[in-house]
Amino acid sequence: MASKEYAGKMLELDADGNLVNLNEWNEEVAKALAVEEGIESLNDRHWAVINYMRKEFTEKGDAPSIRKLTKESGVDTKELYALFPKGPAKKAARIAGLPKPKGCI
Amino acid sequence: MKKLVILGAGTAGTMMLNKLHPILNKDEWQITIVDQHETHYYQPGFLFIPFGIYTCKDVVKPKRDFFPSGTNVIKSEIEKIEPNENRVLLKSGQILGYDYLIVATGAKIDPTETEGMKEDLWHKNIFDFYTIEGACALANFFKHWEGGKLVINISEMPIKCPVAPLEFAFLADWYFTERGIRNKVEIHFVTPLPGAFTKPRASSILGDFLNKKNIKLTSDFNIARVDNETKKIISWDEQEVEFDVLVTIPTNKGDECIARSGIGDELNFIPTDKETLIAEGYKNIFVIGDATNLPSSKAGSVAHFQADILLENFMDVIEGLEPKAKFDGHANCFIESGFGKGILIDFNYDTEPLPGKFPLPGVGPFSLLEETKMNHYGKIMFRWMYWNFLLKGVELPIEANMSMAGKRL
Ligand SMILES: Cc1cc2nc3c(=O)[nH]c(=O)nc-3n(C[C@H](O)[C@H](O)[C@H](O)COP(=O)(O)OP(=O)(O)OC[C@H]3O[C@@H](n4cnc5c(N)ncnc54)[C@H](O)[C@@H]3O)c2cc1C
Repeated sequence: MASKEYAGKMLELDADGNLVNLNEWNEEVAKALAVEEGIESLNDRHWAVINYMRKEFTEKGDAPSIRKLTKESGVDTKELYALFPKGPAKKAARIAGLPKPKGCI
Repeated sequence: MKKLVILGAGTAGTMMLNKLHPILNKDEWQITIVDQHETHYYQPGFLFIPFGIYTCKDVVKPKRDFFPSGTNVIKSEIEKIEPNENRVLLKSGQILGYDYLIVATGAKIDPTETEGMKEDLWHKNIFDFYTIEGACALANFFKHWEGGKLVINISEMPIKCPVAPLEFAFLADWYFTERGIRNKVEIHFVTPLPGAFTKPRASSILGDFLNKKNIKLTSDFNIARVDNETKKIISWDEQEVEFDVLVTIPTNKGDECIARSGIGDELNFIPTDKETLIAEGYKNIFVIGDATNLPSSKAGSVAHFQADILLENFMDVIEGLEPKAKFDGHANCFIESGFGKGILIDFNYDTEPLPGKFPLPGVGPFSLLEETKMNHYGKIMFRWMYWNFLLKGVELPIEANMSMAGKRL
């Protein structure tokens, strides 16, 4: 398992590069992860998504799908892709310190 | 009399009926099955219709051929389930009370989920092959098509038979080669997934096949809309792909009756315990096949493995026991790869598709994650097995739970 330094702390990462320990996450760590995802600064809308994802994960044990996200977080699909270009569900989960959402097949 | 109601007489519902009918005591149980249609469609056959390999009549049979005598069959649309009242309301006005319910209402495409999809070009230059109408319309189109840009696009996951779009691409390569116009057809596979398939090893091997067959792959493409005038699909982050013919796999959803019943998720799939197959929050409702929200493939073979588990758990639950059998997410899919060959994958919730031999370790006759003629015969045989064994609930010589024997790590 790999470790990497974020916001001055060595943090353990899983195979997808997501945090292993949810409780090692904080806002500074989120900012560092965001930079890695090509997002230089997190604004209120980013935080709305990140906080919604963390809340859902704590309650349901799984990160929400994009569809659920847009229905419940108040951020529509278009904006979501503007905030987290390419894979919003994947990126937002990583920045929120959560494991990669279980893609169904 | 105890009442068992089965909703949906497709692959899974018919299979459960045929498994339960012989073993539930006729003096104690009344079994009712409800479906809106009289025709059973062999959906895996839809894949072959656009290429003229099957015609419409190769994929249909009357549903009644597969109902054991003495079954109460109702042809009606299901209005909704009232799980707290233990009853089902039908469009016909009839009300069915139940002691136990098995929901097998499947999944279907909804092209209206994507802006511009079901508009001017629908079934003119934009086709699906997940319905018989779409598959037949596409067959007619291909017959006279002289070539151009063929784009195959998956709108979003999950879809039923997640390998079918890849098979479509492989078959298109073969078909246009046979017709002598492969050099005039550009085949482009556009998917929201990070690669050709979800699971890493299969994704890289199947990606190599796309490459070898000169099929262009665009991944991480999440479609937002279709521009009917310029014939383009456009993603949420404004990437554009031009097409002359678009073969779409639109958003797949559970039936609206699930939404009306208030028991579905945002795609009308029913939250279901991934091991016991019991609906979350309802002790007397089982869910099987494409109607569930399980993170397993939505495929007939999967429904078949689930059926064995559901049967065991159903028998325990009606005796007042705890359900013991656990579904492991087992899926087994033949992937038609064109030129008379096929690829086979076998996997479950935890183990991704691996190379090896199947079902007999070292012997086969089928090869996992390799392209062979024998795998193609497996796929062709599947139709015969489907009508003659699977639907009738006859045991096949494959275990419900996946086996690691014969697989190479
Ligand atoms: C193109 C294509 C290729 C495929 N290839 C393969 C393959 O190679 N191998 C494989 O294993 N699987 C394959 N599949 C998937 C397979 O066909 C499905 O997974 C399987 O049919 C699921 O069975 P089911 O019983 O859950 O749903 P279905 O068989 O779809 O049955 C659902 C039934 O419920 C009825 N119903 C739904 N709602 C209502 C309502 N409100 N009122 C009344 N009746 C209702 C419907 O009429 C239908 O008869 C393929 C599917 C497609 C589309």
